Amino acid sequence: MKKALWALPVVAAGVAVARKALPAGRADDRAGDRWLTVTINRSPAEVGSAGKPPAPLDRFGEDIDVRVRPAPGDRGTELAVRLKEPPSALASSAPARLAGEDPRQEVRLALREAKALLEAGEVMLPDSPPTTHATPGGKALGLLARRSGGEGVL
Amino acid sequence: MKALCWEGVNKLSVENVPDPELRNDQDMIVRLVAGTTCGSDLHLIGGYIPAMRAGDVIGHEFIGEVVETGPGVRRHKVGDRVVVCSFVGCGRCWYCANDLWSLCDNTNTNPGIGQALFGYETGGIFGYSHAMGGLRGSHAEYVRVPFADYGAFPVPEGIDDTSALFVSDSVPTGWMGADLAGVKPGDVVAVWGCGAVGQMAARAAMLLGAERVISIDRIPERLAMTEQHVGSETIDYTSTDVAAELRERTGGRGPDVCIEAVGMEAHSDGPMHLYDQAKQQLRLQTDRPTAVRQAIHACRKAGTVFVLGVFAGAVDKFPLGAVINKGLTLRGAQQHGQRYIPMLLERMAAGELKTSHLATHTVSLEEAPKAYDMFKRKTDGCVRAVIRPGA
Ligand SMILES: NC(=O)c1ccc[n+]([C@@H]2O[C@H](COP(=O)([O-])OP(=O)(O)OC[C@H]3O[C@@H](n4cnc5c(N)ncnc54)[C@H](O)[C@@H]3O)[C@@H](O)[C@H]2O)c1
Ligand SMILES: [Zn+2]
Ligand SMILES: [Zn+2]
Repeated sequence: MKKALWALPVVAAGVAVARKALPAGRADDRAGDRWLTVTINRSPAEVGSAGKPPAPLDRFGEDIDVRVRPAPGDRGTELAVRLKEPPSALASSAPARLAGEDPRQEVRLALREAKALLEAGEVMLPDSPPTTHATPGGKALGLLARRSGGEGVL
Repeated sequence: MKALCWEGVNKLSVENVPDPELRNDQDMIVRLVAGTTCGSDLHLIGGYIPAMRAGDVIGHEFIGEVVETGPGVRRHKVGDRVVVCSFVGCGRCWYCANDLWSLCDNTNTNPGIGQALFGYETGGIFGYSHAMGGLRGSHAEYVRVPFADYGAFPVPEGIDDTSALFVSDSVPTGWMGADLAGVKPGDVVAVWGCGAVGQMAARAAMLLGAERVISIDRIPERLAMTEQHVGSETIDYTSTDVAAELRERTGGRGPDVCIEAVGMEAHSDGPMHLYDQAKQQLRLQTDRPTAVRQAIHACRKAGTVFVLGVFAGAVDKFPLGAVINKGLTLRGAQQHGQRYIPMLLERMAAGELKTSHLATHTVSLEEAPKAYDMFKRKTDGCVRAVIRPGA
């Protein structure tokens, strides 16, 4: 009861993911597996190219397709990535997502890091050592903190 | 080192925690000179923003001395006295580049919660729950400052510690409200809340040329302080009908700009308060928007309402009809401090902006839990308690 309202967006995200994991629609046979994209406040030349994606995306090698194009209105460069092998419905199901096992989550994280490296020169790390101690509520929060979104959103 | 930790709803205690460490090249470590209680902390302490974990260090408004710099820090050196913006900005993403620093793309290390709640996450802020990045807060002997070249500012000689401290958060917040609400010469501006944020919003409105500024609260010493140190007119909302009073004081037009500096725990005497409180306690709404409703209702046609008070989630009985039918502009933001801090320090040095009166109490870290209790209940005339971890 107490958590009802706060749980809403998370549940909604979960439902959305489950729905998208159903067999793909007619228009695009990879509709449930769209390109993951970030916009980077840099020129396309600084970001790279389809054949030469920026770090740390380069470590996916041949496993990903990469697209680089200028963002509209002077907003930098859109960098898009998609796994060549679409993840199975099971691998992208809500439980798999919560467990952090959807392979797209790893791609999303790499995209976020590529953006941070290109823009800010480093990936900001959380404070260490931590000052928190384990409580049941805290653990649940820790899980959600990284894995609450849909479709590879962190 | 010692730090003020959140240990559960309404439970603060001073704990021994490991010292913070440099984690990135652009980090530095600051030894705290002074920090202060902020209305935002109350929302965290009371559990209204539920993304806190036991042991989290709170505090986000502070001044200190640089004791260690990472190899990527260019603009600061050990020994510098700096005031640090409460929000962390990388300085180079599109948002930072466009002076929308609290929306930085690269400083929230826990983006998932913000994405689930708001669609997109905010930037990181010190000591402000895991939804806002989970960074350690500043009520401690030391704090790590990421992207130090962008978030820390040297304090000019002539400005004392206590005055400069508030340039970290409450002064730029108030300034931003008046600035982004578009206050201009000739405007009549109404400000809800006579806490530090509301007082600074009122002062900013004056400096931006407002013809009249009217501040609203119920606490007598805060109303008196605002009249004396800020120079605005006041209304005690418990003694009159605020909308009617504002209408008559503005020639029947209503204020051009209404700034809300109260937040999600707003108080009222009316029956709506019981309704809001009950719903909030049952978690059927997360926030109590009393002052926002009143501001929207009182604002003139085609005026602007700016929400500085912090809200975390959903509100009930939101007067959307007034927004559309009166053609209002409704805006809000977490503060973009880096955009304003250098200018604010200059104005302070020139004597245009005064903040030292806000510091009604000064305490040590050990006394901080009691000071927060006093600040929460607004007893002993407390407006802001300054916490000096070195004392
Ligand atoms: N947007 C930002 O970046 C930012 C930054 C700092 C603080 N804040 C927020 O600003 C708000 C104020 O902060 P503060 O430190 O001044 O807090 P504070 O608690 O000292 O002040 C709040 C004031 O509002 C008054 N109040 C309560 N209900 C009212 C009502 N219905 N009408 C008029 N006044 C009412 C209280 O009496 C009190 O004086 C908080 O919500 C805080 O979270 C926002
Ligand atoms: Zn604050
Ligand atoms: Zn940024």
